[in-house]
Amino acid sequence: MAFEYAPAPQSRAIVDIAPSYGLFIDGEFVEGTSGELRKTISPASEEVLAEYTQAGAEDVDRAVRAARRAFPAWSALPGAERAKYLFRIARIVQERSRELAVLETLDNGKPIRETRDFDLPTVAAHFFYYAGWADKLPYAGFGPDPRPLGVAGQIIPWNFPLMMLAWKIAPALATGNTVVLKPAETTPLSALFFADVCRQAGLPRGVVNIVTGDGATGRALVEHPDINKIAFTGSTAVGKGIARAVAGTDRRLSLELGGKAANVVFDDAPIDQAVEGIVTGIFFNQGHVCCAGSRLLVQESVAEEVLESLKRRMATLRVGDPLDKNTDIGAINSAEQLARIRALADTGEAEGAERWSPACELPGSGFWFAPTLFTGVTQAHRIAREEIFGPVLSVLTFRTPAEAVEKANNTPYGLSAGVWTEKGSRILWMADRLRAGVVWANTFNRFDPSSPFGGYKESGYGREGGRHGLEAYLDV
Amino acid sequence: MPTVPAYGPDAAGRLAEMADVTASDSALRRFLHGLPGVDAVGLQARAAALGTRSIKTSAKAYALDLAISMIDLTTLEGADTPGKVRALSAKGVRPDPTDPTAPSVAAICVYPDMVPVARKALDGTGVKVASVATAFPSGRAGLPVKLADTAEAVSAGADEIDMVIDRGAFLAGRYREVFETIEAVKAACRRPDGTSAHLKVIFETGELSTYDNVRRASWLAMLAGADFIKTSTGKVAVNATPPVTLLMLEAVRDFHAATGVRVGLKPAGGIRTAKDAIKYLVLVNETAGEAWLTADWFRFGASSLLNDLLMQRQKLSTGRYSGPDYVTVD
Amino acid sequence: MSEKSRKGARTSSRDRAAGGNGGDRAGTGRTGRTSSDDKAGKTAVPERVSVFKTYKLFIGGKFPRSESGRVYEVTDSKGTWLANAPLGSRKDARDAVVAARKAFPGWSGATAYNRGQILYRVAEMLQGRADQFAAEVADAEGLSRAKAAAVVDAAVDRWVWYAGWSDKVAQVAGSANPVAGPYFNLSVPEPTGVVAVLAPQDSSFLGLVSVVAPVVVTGNTAVVLAAESAPLPALSLAEVLATSDLPGGVVNVLSGRVAEVGPPLAGHQDVNAIDLAGAAGQRAAELEAAAAENLKRVLRPAGTDWTADPGPDRMLAFLETKTVWHPIGV
Repeated sequence: MAFEYAPAPQSRAIVDIAPSYGLFIDGEFVEGTSGELRKTISPASEEVLAEYTQAGAEDVDRAVRAARRAFPAWSALPGAERAKYLFRIARIVQERSRELAVLETLDNGKPIRETRDFDLPTVAAHFFYYAGWADKLPYAGFGPDPRPLGVAGQIIPWNFPLMMLAWKIAPALATGNTVVLKPAETTPLSALFFADVCRQAGLPRGVVNIVTGDGATGRALVEHPDINKIAFTGSTAVGKGIARAVAGTDRRLSLELGGKAANVVFDDAPIDQAVEGIVTGIFFNQGHVCCAGSRLLVQESVAEEVLESLKRRMATLRVGDPLDKNTDIGAINSAEQLARIRALADTGEAEGAERWSPACELPGSGFWFAPTLFTGVTQAHRIAREEIFGPVLSVLTFRTPAEAVEKANNTPYGLSAGVWTEKGSRILWMADRLRAGVVWANTFNRFDPSSPFGGYKESGYGREGGRHGLEAYLDV
Repeated sequence: MPTVPAYGPDAAGRLAEMADVTASDSALRRFLHGLPGVDAVGLQARAAALGTRSIKTSAKAYALDLAISMIDLTTLEGADTPGKVRALSAKGVRPDPTDPTAPSVAAICVYPDMVPVARKALDGTGVKVASVATAFPSGRAGLPVKLADTAEAVSAGADEIDMVIDRGAFLAGRYREVFETIEAVKAACRRPDGTSAHLKVIFETGELSTYDNVRRASWLAMLAGADFIKTSTGKVAVNATPPVTLLMLEAVRDFHAATGVRVGLKPAGGIRTAKDAIKYLVLVNETAGEAWLTADWFRFGASSLLNDLLMQRQKLSTGRYSGPDYVTVD
Repeated sequence: MSEKSRKGARTSSRDRAAGGNGGDRAGTGRTGRTSSDDKAGKTAVPERVSVFKTYKLFIGGKFPRSESGRVYEVTDSKGTWLANAPLGSRKDARDAVVAARKAFPGWSGATAYNRGQILYRVAEMLQGRADQFAAEVADAEGLSRAKAAAVVDAAVDRWVWYAGWSDKVAQVAGSANPVAGPYFNLSVPEPTGVVAVLAPQDSSFLGLVSVVAPVVVTGNTAVVLAAESAPLPALSLAEVLATSDLPGGVVNVLSGRVAEVGPPLAGHQDVNAIDLAGAAGQRAAELEAAAAENLKRVLRPAGTDWTADPGPDRMLAFLETKTVWHPIGV
């Protein structure tokens, strides 16, 4: 016999999903005008979790009007009072964090270990952080009396549904805006549960409105004439479309888009921690991370050693049931995303890169992709240029620091980068030259509400988190 | 490269191939300081992440028995008496009087003067006699005293010797001196019949101050012929921790990859609960791998851990939580 | 030069500017008509024929003509011919972007102190040629000489104001972030890259300086399209920049039509940001939409009062925030 981990499933009894959900508008759940419903499934089993409402333009208009009606009172509320609502939300999220973690894991497919230990704590922390800003805005460096923008339309992705909601709603509310938020079409449930958190917190009606649906719902929100601000996190292609849509208007825009981050490992790196950082960089959240370290740039002199360690480490990754507490890599979020990952991985092979995955048994139903490594990748390969948004790592080598910088920056994206070296001056030299909004040195994929996050170039504009994150919701 | 055990006849030849890096103080320094650095935060984060593994049901039953079989059940007190050592030995052989399926521990660990008592109590049981030596726990004695201490324990019947390094010499950078001491003690472990007591080398990691030093000490000891590397004496404020154990697991793993020599690992001190022990087993499983998941290559230096493992074992078999009255006090 | 403008003007405005600072504009116009200068008539000495300046583009530190070979007439507010300005083309825009990109690493990598000194040097050079610029601004904007001089003074002061920001903006816009973990975490502002600047149409010089200085003080490089109907102060400013230790390519000045040069700049994939101060209405909307193609940072036209205290906003609009994390541990 051997030391094999028995299944350790997190009970899903803690979460009670209704068969069907309406839209959360003006403080209550209402039916959609068209009556059109969509289904949301568990990507780990393809089981239908619930039906939800496809919001049409009329529904979006209702939500925007509710937010507009709520805006004068909410923005006039003393900051200290707004703060207390946000503190309440933070506390309620903490209280209900296991329920929300299980829900998120069910709807998204990510491991319970991550929703429990990362997503939910980060969500609560984000509300705590911005709650404290609400009555301190005059000291934030945006003038003595910074004003909110009005009604914010917020569109979030499916990779960190509740965390992205927190990144959007917390600063918007702290600064006195009201919001209409649209969660992603494959992961609407945690936002709908958040509506109940707002109810429990006694948040005034109309301050937060949740409209669900597909891209058409998002478009209706972007094009609504009474929106003052659009905040979008998602693909660069959609981001560009939104930027075009708001051109010539006075609507403000912040975008957090794609990436193709380089994770640069020098020969004097702390190798064991670098290997962990590479693994965290690309396999965290199934690689569904815009700042994922999807390009490993390793110095030639240690390439073999690092790759050997990396492969050994990848062989210990546990892929499977996201509700199992020992699962490291869960399900791919949707059939569409799986098809895209497969197509790009196939391209990698077709273009001559060498593909490797550890032996791993994938479940029969649901959407799965084994952690994958490509070696022999060059800058010209599509897998070195395009965002795969999956557990696929492209490995390139370099010889000199200058070459590392040049290759790292050789992309239209600029969201994040990693550097691994024990030499302090080299870290700073690299950090100075990497054209990316976040540089992780001797670590990767760390996040904190007080730390600004956002990209250079086609990774978007504006920052979320920290003092900087307030600016996106203030009339400055 | 075929694997050879550190205590086997072929290990010396493998180490001889590394002789150039240990030839002088400067060569040894260059080598040890050329090892990859350790990022403390990353190491601790990894250890903490592995600590969240959930080991349930059949895996837990297996892990509890495995952990029991890896214990060096230890008493290292000035107040130790033959009676105490005999009682501990009896418990080590049959930890749960109510359940004969509970495995024996790996060894009983005592001071050198108690070795004859333990030897007598354990003969024929399969449970080994381990003895600390070399002016344990401080190591502050001259080499002849350390060697005599070791030889006495070996001749009295110790199967295993747990020596301490001179932390002062190590921190002062006198690596060659530490290296030579380990070599000499290893030689002192030899018996007249040509066999040897197995040598565990204790670093007292709580006194080495940095993780980089722990990695260097690990390689130093393995190059000098250690059969096991061990974290702590149990006599200082900071004993075994998951990050230090993880780091030393990386070291035995890497040493094996480089030389083919397999060296064992023994975290000691401060491991008191079954939950802790299982976390350590997870570290072993996911770092060095299952080849190390046997009492031949992994030990727990502990005293109170055994009873908690037994209580958890009873809980698994009966479904009821156990209590201290249902395990023996020794 | 058209016959119409030549006949329509009794004298060139450039003659009226004579007598001030620097002889390069002194003398009569090419029309050969008598000067309006009273003294000219009294002395009956043959009037000296002045030397006109050929206005050129400023690209990569050099003063080329438009690659298109085209010019357009620039007149004063009363329609009097002032000069022929180069009619910049999309290829001129392309060349300017290449020059700006080439200059970016050096300029953004220069110390803030150095950039501040250079901007201050611009102010010094400008002060020395204040009369020339007052004359050009008076012509360009139809201001009295006194008002024009005040505008030039304000522009000099603006350079000084922004020069002082070079080594302060990071302290105002950056932050030390107290993350919940053992990490050093710092956010610093960095220049976004190459910025296309459509200079304001309503303020040919103070407006121009007010949009260029905040872009370059932080380390960006700029491609500036001068006010369409009043480009001469901008083209002359290039002469100041060229003699102020500003590395070639940091500021590139084009003259021409927004309709022609704006779209290639807005659509250029190697331009990181665009200031639309000089565009309006549907044109501004189209340029903003074109800028979306590579997600340029866009500063929309906002009816700015160029005489007012500018505040830091125009600098902040063209800065990225970079956040660097590093673990803290031993």
